[in-house]
Amino acid sequence: MSSHNIRISVNEKTYRSTVDSRITLLDFLRNDLSLTGTHVGCEHGVCGACSILYDGTPVRSCSLLAIQADKRQITTVEGLCNADGSPGVLQKAFCDAHAMQCGYCTPGMLISAHALLEQNSNPSADEIKESIGGNLCRCTGYIQIIEAVQLASQRLRNSR
Amino acid sequence: MRKSKSTNLRYISKKRRVIEDERFVCGTGKFVQDIQLSDTKHIAIVQSPYAKANIISINSKPASELDGVHAVLTGAELANHTDPIRFGLNLPNVTWYPLAVNMVRYVGEWVAVVVADNPYLAEDAAELVEVNYEALDPIIDPEEAYTDSKRLVHPEHGSNILYEGHFCWGPVEEDFAKSDFSLSFRVRWGRSSTVPIETFGVVAEWDEGREMLEIWASIQMPNFVELLASAMRIPLNSVRLHQDVDVGGSYGVKRGIKHAIIVSYLARKLRNPIRLIEDRLINMSSGDAHGPDRIFDTNIAFNKDGKVNSLKIRALDDAGAYPGRGPFQLAKPISAIVGPYKINSVEYDAISVTTNKTGQVPVRGFGQSPTNYMLETAIDRVARHLNQRRLDIRIKNLIKNDEFPYLIPSGSSYDSGDYLGVLQKTLDRADYENLMKRRKNARIDGRLAGIGLATCLEPGGGNNIFEYLMNPSAEITTFTEGCEIKVDPDGLITGVMGTTSSGQGHETLVATIIGEELEFDPALIRVVHADSLNAPVTRSPVASRMAIMLGSAAAGAAQKIKAKALAIAAENLGRPIEKLEYAEGTVFDQINTSHNISWSEICFIAHKAYHKLPHGMEPGMRAHNVFQVPGGGQLPDTDQRVQIYPCFSFQVHIPYVEIDQHTGKVSILNYFVGHDCGTQINPDIVRGMVIGGLAHGVGAALYEKFQYLPDGQFLNATFADYLMPSAYEIPMVTDIEHCTPSPLTSHGQKGSGEGGYLGAPAAISSAVNDALAPRGLSICELPMRSSIIEGLLNNGSTSQ
Repeated sequence: MSSHNIRISVNEKTYRSTVDSRITLLDFLRNDLSLTGTHVGCEHGVCGACSILYDGTPVRSCSLLAIQADKRQITTVEGLCNADGSPGVLQKAFCDAHAMQCGYCTPGMLISAHALLEQNSNPSADEIKESIGGNLCRCTGYIQIIEAVQLASQRLRNSR
Repeated sequence: MRKSKSTNLRYISKKRRVIEDERFVCGTGKFVQDIQLSDTKHIAIVQSPYAKANIISINSKPASELDGVHAVLTGAELANHTDPIRFGLNLPNVTWYPLAVNMVRYVGEWVAVVVADNPYLAEDAAELVEVNYEALDPIIDPEEAYTDSKRLVHPEHGSNILYEGHFCWGPVEEDFAKSDFSLSFRVRWGRSSTVPIETFGVVAEWDEGREMLEIWASIQMPNFVELLASAMRIPLNSVRLHQDVDVGGSYGVKRGIKHAIIVSYLARKLRNPIRLIEDRLINMSSGDAHGPDRIFDTNIAFNKDGKVNSLKIRALDDAGAYPGRGPFQLAKPISAIVGPYKINSVEYDAISVTTNKTGQVPVRGFGQSPTNYMLETAIDRVARHLNQRRLDIRIKNLIKNDEFPYLIPSGSSYDSGDYLGVLQKTLDRADYENLMKRRKNARIDGRLAGIGLATCLEPGGGNNIFEYLMNPSAEITTFTEGCEIKVDPDGLITGVMGTTSSGQGHETLVATIIGEELEFDPALIRVVHADSLNAPVTRSPVASRMAIMLGSAAAGAAQKIKAKALAIAAENLGRPIEKLEYAEGTVFDQINTSHNISWSEICFIAHKAYHKLPHGMEPGMRAHNVFQVPGGGQLPDTDQRVQIYPCFSFQVHIPYVEIDQHTGKVSILNYFVGHDCGTQINPDIVRGMVIGGLAHGVGAALYEKFQYLPDGQFLNATFADYLMPSAYEIPMVTDIEHCTPSPLTSHGQKGSGEGGYLGAPAAISSAVNDALAPRGLSICELPMRSSIIEGLLNNGSTSQ
């Protein structure tokens, strides 16, 4: 098994590590960096529970190797929190709209919705559906999630 | 029990944040995969490629010689050291071990497990385990399984029939004879499930010094600890199940008993913590994933004015190879066998057969969703037969407001309801007349458009007597739930519950009810999930029962705390209790309110100032209360009539759909759902349950089915093959609230976890069949995949 030295920025903190080439980025984040907010869902790139931002773009961390993240900027759900660890605007909106039940798909949903709001400050319901279309949720039926993203976008616009 | 007036409520029924949510949005939930014990070893599983085969030999040597591999466990070894898993049914000659012994009985069955330093290595090693099989002829079709006496899944059992029960409630033959019409039909509910995004996981550690098993599991299961201890041959109080793990969705399916036995055995043997986290293939092929798979043959008798008189129902359910509590899903429907309708008599034949498929587990609604699909199809068929509106047949037969409590033929007394009120409210909101115009215009334009209409009853909080109905050796007549409240010397309040949660918001439920009763902000009340050795009396968070059972238990415990506070205050204020008043923890003299004692003083006295306690009072400030299932405690009468569930919620579903004629794709353009679960403890939680359940119903109606080939090969163990609704497939649902309190619970609450799932498949089927009706076509099988509808439209055939 070949090992590689990598340097990754995760949530604006730089980590240097030696990893086996076959370790997924998901396992690396969870096991090596103890960032357990990113969840293991299907491990074949369908459910989106493991979504993270990879140089600002939402991707599935189950379908990337840790070595592919060398010299990249990664953001996980923990990185969406304020500096003091409290929930950010989008996360608060998810609480206010009760946009979850079991909370398992939530980190991936937040990552997808965050990426949308970075690009589009006033998304329509259809645009929100498109952005979370690759994130499966079995609890909510999505409606409260869509409402939460709308609430967050409104709050973000009001605060600008 | 008193009924609270909602106007006097501070916290209940108010829009308030769900306590659990903040940890989930920050990524700080604690799921079983997040539990890291030092030197944990990991498991990979070797699965059977055959639906039925004899195991000739297993060569584990190449796997065990790999560096970092610690053990290869086979069925023979495990069976030597553990007892078989107990079934719900009385099946003395059906043996179930976590790992196959001598014979495999479904594709994916676990044959061996490998223990290694990490999961990657474990999977490498699992591929090196060599198993030689002698393939045998499996039985896959449930109707063939029912009659075949040669191809037996469990030869020692002597047949493939696990259960066959005949129930007759009321004068069925007379009612059929005097009815103007009868019609019969068949519907089939496909093998689907609720498939949580978190797979099942379990971590176990053997504590040598204490001779105790410490276990963390993402479960939602009654009797888990009992079954585990029994299989492990250790006393019940040697198992400590840690229930403070967040469970990433369950909806009934997270059972995990075979997983737990394997890791427990290995943890004790190897003296290492052992962890088994299913991957998605394991989860869907051979974990606890598959739900009911049911064929109904129904005969319904009715008059020309639309009055329904009687039903004859035969339900044949395919339980797969090793059903635990799965077959009991034939019995829950007995509690609402006539739905919300006045039907005088019912005959019910319930049959559970075993086949060479993955074993069935309980799924949201516990068999009620398939049954409701059948029942609502029956009502639609009556309407079509009489050329009357589906709505009018329902209005004609629905139980009226002044008829509660209403006793149905199978022995349930429905607690309360306003079925016609919910129906009318939903019709108004949907603008039903306008919806019909829209359908008409779409049809004029040549489009296939349909309106669905379905009602459903959601029984909640059951007493488990269904088990006795199917297995009289299990004389269980209740299914209690307890709650403990501890108030510390500083006056801070902790509610203790005894089970895991998988998204139902139980911490919010308990905090809200305690806060309401004791007049404290629920946000300041901590709620913990005790481990199984510390837990209040509990069964499990199934059957839409926690608002009813845990909620009422919490209210009772809070009332005990309040009573103690008043007694301490009476002693210290020198006034009788009836002259005192409690407000937000402070106790006042009614006449002279400046004569009072604060909550913190009361709590200090309770814990530390023994000399100020009333004589003989136990120090401390804690209360444990167990809520008994209302109407429980009875065995069935000689006609097998019995109250199974105490509370009955009600929903009306009205979807509007259009079907693409070329592809058969069903688009749900609008969806209206009226729901009445009595008093809502937290409206956001209820709304989430209703819509989320409905989304599961959309999946069951249109997309989801575990697919087997005739030779038993299993086809869709991935999310790419087993299709689940995404945000695109779920319509924007308009939900309409209604409140008819239950007279049986602390605040009038009923269950709300299942109704969405019970109503949606029936309603979507109703809509699709309405859309197909102008073409003279109908479809009587779920899921109604686009390929099936396309075949029907273009070839008149339902073959895929």
